[in-house]
Amino acid sequence: MRIQKRTIALCIYFGLLILPIYWMLNMSLRTNADILSNFALFPTDITFKNYFKIFTDPTWYMAYINGMIYVAMNTVISLAFALPAAYAFSRYKFLGDGQMFFWLLTNRMAPPAVFLLPYLQLYSTINLMDTHLAVALAHCLFNVPLSIWILEGFMSGVPKEIDETAFIDGYGFPRFFITIFIPLIRAGVGVTAFFCFMFSWVELLFARTLTITEAKPIVATMTRTISATGLDWGLMAAAGMLTIVPGALVIWFVRNHLAKGFALGRV
Amino acid sequence: MEKWQNNRAWFLVLPAFIVVAFSAIIPLMTVVNYSLQDIFGPGQAVYVGAEWFKEMLGNHRLHDALWRQFQFSGLVLLIEIPLGVLIALAMPKRGWGVSASLLTLALPLVIPWNVIGTIWIIFTRPDIGLFGVGINSLDLLEVPFDHTAKPLYAWITVLAMEVWHWTPLVALLSYAGLRAIPEVYYQAAKIDGASGWDTFLYIQLPKMRGVLTIAVLLRWMDSFLIFAEPFALTGGGPGNATTFLSLYLVKLATMQFDLGPAAAFSLIYFLIILLFCFIFYQALLHVGKGEKA
Repeated sequence: MRIQKRTIALCIYFGLLILPIYWMLNMSLRTNADILSNFALFPTDITFKNYFKIFTDPTWYMAYINGMIYVAMNTVISLAFALPAAYAFSRYKFLGDGQMFFWLLTNRMAPPAVFLLPYLQLYSTINLMDTHLAVALAHCLFNVPLSIWILEGFMSGVPKEIDETAFIDGYGFPRFFITIFIPLIRAGVGVTAFFCFMFSWVELLFARTLTITEAKPIVATMTRTISATGLDWGLMAAAGMLTIVPGALVIWFVRNHLAKGFALGRV
Repeated sequence: MEKWQNNRAWFLVLPAFIVVAFSAIIPLMTVVNYSLQDIFGPGQAVYVGAEWFKEMLGNHRLHDALWRQFQFSGLVLLIEIPLGVLIALAMPKRGWGVSASLLTLALPLVIPWNVIGTIWIIFTRPDIGLFGVGINSLDLLEVPFDHTAKPLYAWITVLAMEVWHWTPLVALLSYAGLRAIPEVYYQAAKIDGASGWDTFLYIQLPKMRGVLTIAVLLRWMDSFLIFAEPFALTGGGPGNATTFLSLYLVKLATMQFDLGPAAAFSLIYFLIILLFCFIFYQALLHVGKGEKA
């Protein structure tokens, strides 16, 4: 009897969790005139006009592509820099390692709003304003520390004897690291890549500040639409639904590591 | 695991240090620079010393935003932590339900933060939103629900959005903690005739201490940085009712373009975060030790 009550409560909670997302899906399948004139729990007159507009209008679909480009760049950069650093933290004691780890943590926690003005100046000075690279680099602020934390957790699960054996067998560090060690923690690399992708995809402030037109991502396009012209709710909802798709597609692969990633690799 | 002592490990850390420092230290120096000068235009700046800091520390709008922030972050913890633990306890332990629950929980976490705001606008608007229309048709409230009109409603909406968005994280962490408890503990408790409540109090809760510490600290820190969701939902309004620290800072920096005061504010804000970070780090190290012992 008790177990049943729990399950019912859980189902209600999940229902509430899905409801706002369902409502956006509902809106995205209706025209704006229909939304404003009729209140309906279910879309009666389903139309894909809103999605069609997004897929045919370059200002919309390019915004998705821009987002994808800097997210991919950021993921590659973060992993490339974090892998050796995480190895050092998991295997070695060295001067100032604790302080270094703490400093990295402060960057994951730092308010992006604090960096807003200096980033404008920094990226204008080095001529990177409105490029994908600018956003990718800015997102390294929190993604590199996060990657180091998650990877360090996975690496510490690999026995040190493997390293020792490889070095005795005459492997140099680079060859050992790339051909033996990284394949051993490939699950960890995948999970880390997912979290870099995700935290870069959901971030708004840097993405919005560092881009003007050429590299403007979907998250920024959406905020500008909302403040500017009369609102097309159906179109907004469709754009919103499409931003959920990439994340929703990949959570399946990392479902057993979600807690680890969100907890900075500490679970 | 015993670690090797070798200072040459620095060469492995150095690239990561440089790429983060480029995004962290150089900009922070610029902020310090701004905070000590009055800038009229390119090349025209006057050194003003601690002037901006004095101004910001005495600024009552900053005090209001800070107080609002503490209230908000405090409420977030009070609601999300118990709720997250309850959800984790109710989740199935095996079968297809595990994957289904995990996927549902993870869904709000992978939505871009400003889209969260959009979802909640669409959901709560009094003309088209399911919640807005629903609650107004019940006719319970004296003033019809509209999150743009009444500060209290705006507050509740932002809080509800935050709880909706991040409670799944607490639940995921708690669930991971619960899964790590060996089955024999429960068998032992059963043999001793422990009630469900005893099992929770003396087995599950102590075993979840580690993950709950992380959950509390993550939610505290991240709710302190909240920007995109209220920015999209209320824009900090009505009035300043939902203007939290980051929203106020961005307003000051980009809309009024007061570089000096904004920079001084940034540094004060950063120091507060640094203080919490330090407590966080100590707590994490402490938790790690507790588990090994």
